[in-house]
Amino acid sequence: MEIATQSIEGGFADPVFNAQTVFRAVMDAMAQPGSVQPLPAFAHPPAPLSAMAGAVALALCDNDTPLWLDPALQISAAVKSWLGFHAGAPLANTPADAHFALIAAPAEMMALDGFSQGTQDYPDRSTTLILQVSDLTSGTPLLLQGPGIEKTATIAPARMPRHFVEQWKQNSQRFPRGVDIILAAADSIACLPRTTRIKTMEA
Amino acid sequence: MYVAVKGGEAAIANAHRLLADRRRGDRSVPALRLDQIVEQLALGVDRVMSEGSLYDRELAALAIVQARGDMIEAIFLVRAYRTTLPRFGYTRAVETGAMLVERRVSATYKDLPGGQLLGPTFDYTHRLLDPELAAGGDVEEPLRRENEAEAMPRVSAILAREGLIEPDGDMPRDHIPGDITREPLEFPMARDIRLQALSRGDEGFLLALGYSTQRGYARNHPFVGEVRIGEVELELDVPELPFAVPLGSIRVTECQMVNQFKGSAKAPPQFTRGYGLVFGQSERKAMAMALCDRALRATEFGEDVVAAAQDEEFVISHSDNVQATGFVEHLKLPHYVDFQAELDLVRRMRAEHDARENAGKAEEKREAAE
Amino acid sequence: MRGQEAREQAERKAVMATLAQSSGDDIVRLWNEAGLPSEAELLRGPETGLVTVRGRIGGGGAPFNVGEATVTRATVRVPAGQVGHCYALGRDREKARLSAIADALWQDPARRGEIEARLVAPLRAAQHEAREKRRAETAATKVDFFTMVRGED
Repeated sequence: MEIATQSIEGGFADPVFNAQTVFRAVMDAMAQPGSVQPLPAFAHPPAPLSAMAGAVALALCDNDTPLWLDPALQISAAVKSWLGFHAGAPLANTPADAHFALIAAPAEMMALDGFSQGTQDYPDRSTTLILQVSDLTSGTPLLLQGPGIEKTATIAPARMPRHFVEQWKQNSQRFPRGVDIILAAADSIACLPRTTRIKTMEA
Repeated sequence: MYVAVKGGEAAIANAHRLLADRRRGDRSVPALRLDQIVEQLALGVDRVMSEGSLYDRELAALAIVQARGDMIEAIFLVRAYRTTLPRFGYTRAVETGAMLVERRVSATYKDLPGGQLLGPTFDYTHRLLDPELAAGGDVEEPLRRENEAEAMPRVSAILAREGLIEPDGDMPRDHIPGDITREPLEFPMARDIRLQALSRGDEGFLLALGYSTQRGYARNHPFVGEVRIGEVELELDVPELPFAVPLGSIRVTECQMVNQFKGSAKAPPQFTRGYGLVFGQSERKAMAMALCDRALRATEFGEDVVAAAQDEEFVISHSDNVQATGFVEHLKLPHYVDFQAELDLVRRMRAEHDARENAGKAEEKREAAE
Repeated sequence: MRGQEAREQAERKAVMATLAQSSGDDIVRLWNEAGLPSEAELLRGPETGLVTVRGRIGGGGAPFNVGEATVTRATVRVPAGQVGHCYALGRDREKARLSAIADALWQDPARRGEIEARLVAPLRAAQHEAREKRRAETAATKVDFFTMVRGED
């Protein structure tokens, strides 16, 4: 079967400059964890993949980066062929094989330790998780500390994974192994690299 | 230790401008065009494609001009360029049995299906320099012999019919071919990864190692079962099409080296094989690769690893001429601080040495006086 | 129906193979001579990248990676609505763009005959001739062994 037209449209209009702009935003967001980097919607993927998560995937993924999709994305043939056509990324067989993972429903996602954590020799081989969130302000506030943050930073992404604070603590304990997270909101992104600690808020 | 030192910008800029001038040379001599290099220095272009690990004739020709004919520099340029391109995918494996053959010879069978085709070879030339070539005379058209196209099965298939040769190399069913452009080398390595490293390896290095096996360092009694050169078609599976998309053809050289094996408790006596496959027309490289491939299979056959050519880590770690030249050539870059430290150390050791010596002499003198 | 679909796919692939094997200059020349329409919306590319060429151990065994080759690809949509693709060795962007348009036009039954006759047929004929010439030149270098008979009986 030839793939549907909706899978062929909606890529970057200006592949080089769009990808560079997204890459720059991801780099700044990683360097300054918790900072919110605004980004226009460069890509128009089929639902349920969001425009921002789709743009991040196009900027970062290619034929050399196996990609894992959460069940919400997995059931969409249009999403799979859109990513195949525009990014060329092969689908990973298991989350542990994935270089990147796209998560449309973070609240229902599997545990962070199910993804590749990298190895002691090659900690860079862990999975980078791209989480689709509706916004970075309406969820439970997360007080962040660590490299790249002068004192503290706060973000409040909506509908994060279950027991996220506890899971993130365990992720930090695996250092130098561990996953990194890119939060893709509607019009901006923020990042949680594995070096960032979440300080538990006093009630 | 590395310490940043600034300075020399003007000298560097002027040196590069001078390089551009010397590269161009005497302006009254016409500048080389890339198509001239592609057509008339074709085997140099092939070597740059093979060791640069990038099949693109015009780019290889450009690299040769830019490097003033320094092949390793040209290979370096091509390697640097290829890192700037995205990868669309892995082709389906080429079918060398279906090659449009331009040369095919076997040293093991005189009358093999398809015959012995010498093609455009240097073999049987007298290696006499040709002054007519210097004068730029006309060249005759090649002769043609019209006949039916014959199938040319690989020679290994003929020996396989008698069961006297090992089958083509297999890997476990779920094995994904390793890729040294994606993952760092780890030893010991699987044969597929070794072949990838050998295929882009330095021709001179592999030639010398292959030669060493013939001279008795890991002797394995090789015969050229077959060398074939010609064009094979490439196909790529892409998500947007329901069939493998044809990309066009590339020229490759394939060598099947046939080697003796006395057998073991597990395997009956049979011929074993070394395999070579390289971009372009380069049978010296393909043959050397096949010799090294066979030598590196020593452990697999329970042979003693006694020679350099059998030592996987030695061969594969040193076969890449871009890595090799980078590490050797970096020695000429400023090491002022390192050397200052060494100088200081040697001076101190010398002073201590002299002090001990003088103390010894004083002692002798004192003893003699007593 | 399935048979026809398979046949059509094989024909489309053969057209793509012929275009990929041709030089950009030849495609442009025939395109202009035939007055083929070259307006199309670019959906992706033309862009140049790499493919990793695979061989097989021993010629027929397990696959291994030999090295990379440059490839240029393009995906277009023609005004009639068909989407066409091209992947071809080398870095010729105009060749990739026109080949993708040719693939799209070929899928339009109203255009297929024209593409086959004015573009693909001449390219195919030239390739066949070049192949046969090369084969005949190589055949002239075939060794005809003859055995020297010594003595009598």
